[in-house]
Amino acid sequence: MKRSLENIENQFEMFQILNEKGEIVNEDAMPDLSDDDLKEIMRRMVYTRILDQRSIALNRQGRLGFYAPTAGQEASQLGSHYALEKEDFILPGYRDVPQLIWHGLPLYQAFLFSRGHFHGNQMPEGVNAVSPQIIIGAQITQAAGVGIGMKKRGKDAIAITYTGDGGASQGDFYEGINFAGAFNAQAVFVVQNNRYAISVPVEKQSAAKTIAQKAVAAGIEGIQVDGMDVLAVYAATKDARERAINGEGPTLIETMTYRYGPHTMAGDDPTRYRTEETDNEWEAKDPIVRFRTFLENKGLWSEEEENEVIEQAKEEVKAAIKKADEQPKQKVTELMDIMYEELPASLQEQREEYEAKESK
Amino acid sequence: MESTTAVKKKTMTLVQAITDGMRTMLAEDENVLVLGEDVGKNGGVFRATDHLQEEFGEGRVMDTPLSEAGFIGAAIGMAVNGLRPVAEIQFLGFIYPAYEQIMTHASRLRSRTMGHFTVPIVIRAPYGAGVRAPEIHSDSTEAIFTHMPGLKVVCPASPVDAKGLLIAAIEDPDPVLFLEPMRCYRSSREEVPVGKYTVEIGKANKLQEGNDVSIITWGAMVPVASQAVKEMEAKGVSCELIDLRTLYPIDRDTIAASVQKTGRTVIVHEAHGTGGVGNDVLAIVNDTSFLYQKAPVERVTGFDSPVPFFGFEDEYLPTPARVKHAIEKVIKF
Ligand SMILES: Cc1ncc(C[n+]2csc(CCOP(=O)(O)OP(=O)(O)O)c2C)c(N)n1
Repeated sequence: MKRSLENIENQFEMFQILNEKGEIVNEDAMPDLSDDDLKEIMRRMVYTRILDQRSIALNRQGRLGFYAPTAGQEASQLGSHYALEKEDFILPGYRDVPQLIWHGLPLYQAFLFSRGHFHGNQMPEGVNAVSPQIIIGAQITQAAGVGIGMKKRGKDAIAITYTGDGGASQGDFYEGINFAGAFNAQAVFVVQNNRYAISVPVEKQSAAKTIAQKAVAAGIEGIQVDGMDVLAVYAATKDARERAINGEGPTLIETMTYRYGPHTMAGDDPTRYRTEETDNEWEAKDPIVRFRTFLENKGLWSEEEENEVIEQAKEEVKAAIKKADEQPKQKVTELMDIMYEELPASLQEQREEYEAKESK
Repeated sequence: MESTTAVKKKTMTLVQAITDGMRTMLAEDENVLVLGEDVGKNGGVFRATDHLQEEFGEGRVMDTPLSEAGFIGAAIGMAVNGLRPVAEIQFLGFIYPAYEQIMTHASRLRSRTMGHFTVPIVIRAPYGAGVRAPEIHSDSTEAIFTHMPGLKVVCPASPVDAKGLLIAAIEDPDPVLFLEPMRCYRSSREEVPVGKYTVEIGKANKLQEGNDVSIITWGAMVPVASQAVKEMEAKGVSCELIDLRTLYPIDRDTIAASVQKTGRTVIVHEAHGTGGVGNDVLAIVNDTSFLYQKAPVERVTGFDSPVPFFGFEDEYLPTPARVKHAIEKVIKF
């Protein structure tokens, strides 16, 4: 009897281009990016790190609500996003607000999402994305559908969806990648494996050695990528996108990463389930540090440039918070009005009852 | 309250009482086990299972993969195989991946197999709005579960009831959905008996005697109704306040006795009015006490929209003012 598990698992080696020291270790795989592109990627990562720090501070001051920290995951989030085009459709998880911002969601709206204001979920015209998914896994089957739609409508675009290592345990995950495979959907599935689903380590999620190998059962390509290496994440996503558009099928990308902060700002205490040692081990792989070294060695980056980005981020956060503050408060009646195309009589009645209450 | 030991008491919050209920039963019965997302090392996102894994080991308090359908289905299988699983859903709004397992299997395995198999599981789920949680974390959808025969649905409002009902649920031979008003987790404390005791499932609790109006409510709306009752008392209206505690099966006798006495009824719940459990209460009033009613029954409920994002959830929830308004309406009718 032939056994295949070990063989299959061992084929999923982590793909890396830039190592922890900022050295290119895989010249052949080096993506075709101009110096301007490289600098833009760095700018976005630095900007997003500052945005994260500011968001955490604003949350602590009570000026933001729900927030899921992103520091540590910049390469996974922004490297994959940089491989996208405007027409590509994003189905993000709750931690994937940075991709939405770089896809065109105005910062003040991201803040409104955090504050529990509906306008934060209302993508502007031309920003191809749904608002962040709260229900773990639900976006994954939907991504298969968006990807089928891209194919049916003859678009040179993909659906891309994000979840975490925990999300890869949901039925929706298996159903979504299988469905996409069965229809050859133009879809890319990114699992950001940041090692913990709230407190549960990835080792407890599954007996599988990698999440990438789960692609095999669905009959689609799977790849495990160094999620702290923005070049590798970019290259893997770019390749997956092209293959999807060329009719060569969907791809599952597992990015090996880490969230430095708590799960969310609502009382999670990582010291209950992670050691400082593990934190340090991962912080030594920092995506921004290694990319900075790489760019500096090429003479493409300076402290002044970095400071400029930091200042810009701070200014823009300040302006966006101000704009968010200026939005009118929402009312239950407005919510009733957007429930259906036409307001049912029962809701109309409730609306009147509510308005009477409001006027009291 | 039925107690088997001399009553020593300890001050607890509602969530501590729930932890204590699980601890009591883990110690009492080796077939009892706790499972769910983050319930082990982390002690649950609300800390309802705090320290239980340390005390009883990973084999009894299990962190599961992130899959509600997975761990509820597995809990059903464990129950079929002689265990007594207590599963935690992090927020009621996340129960739907497991909906099929609950509605079609947990509820019916007994009847489908003529009692050959039973499903003595407890599914604990914090529910309701008011804690500034993000969207979809604030559901109060008890009615879609009371609709399915075969399940019991319990919803305590106080620490003493929470522990006693939880132990009763764990000992119950049938599946119980145990709804925990998250807004009340830490909002008050009470002296709770140490050790094992039960509060009977299916029995309401009369929190206050009164003659003019019956206020029927449960869970997180108990303190809201209670506030309204206090304010109405000051105006000379005598209210009888009833906490249903169990939503399936509902305590018809307590409702009937009360509304026959007062002749006026106000039902208060957080969930949407349409299809809400309040309608079942109303049907009980109608079936048992129609001719006793001096005014149409008033319902104070959430509106027929999802609970809004937390930015304005307070606008949505029934308030003491709305309850008072309903009381005045039935009085003045
Ligand atoms: C269906 C469902 N179950 C549970 C939750 C509660 N919850 C929110 S985030 C989370 C962990 C997710 O971990 P992972 O998928 O690894 O993503 P990460 O947060 O690490 O980015 C859980 C259990 C939820 N939002 N939805």
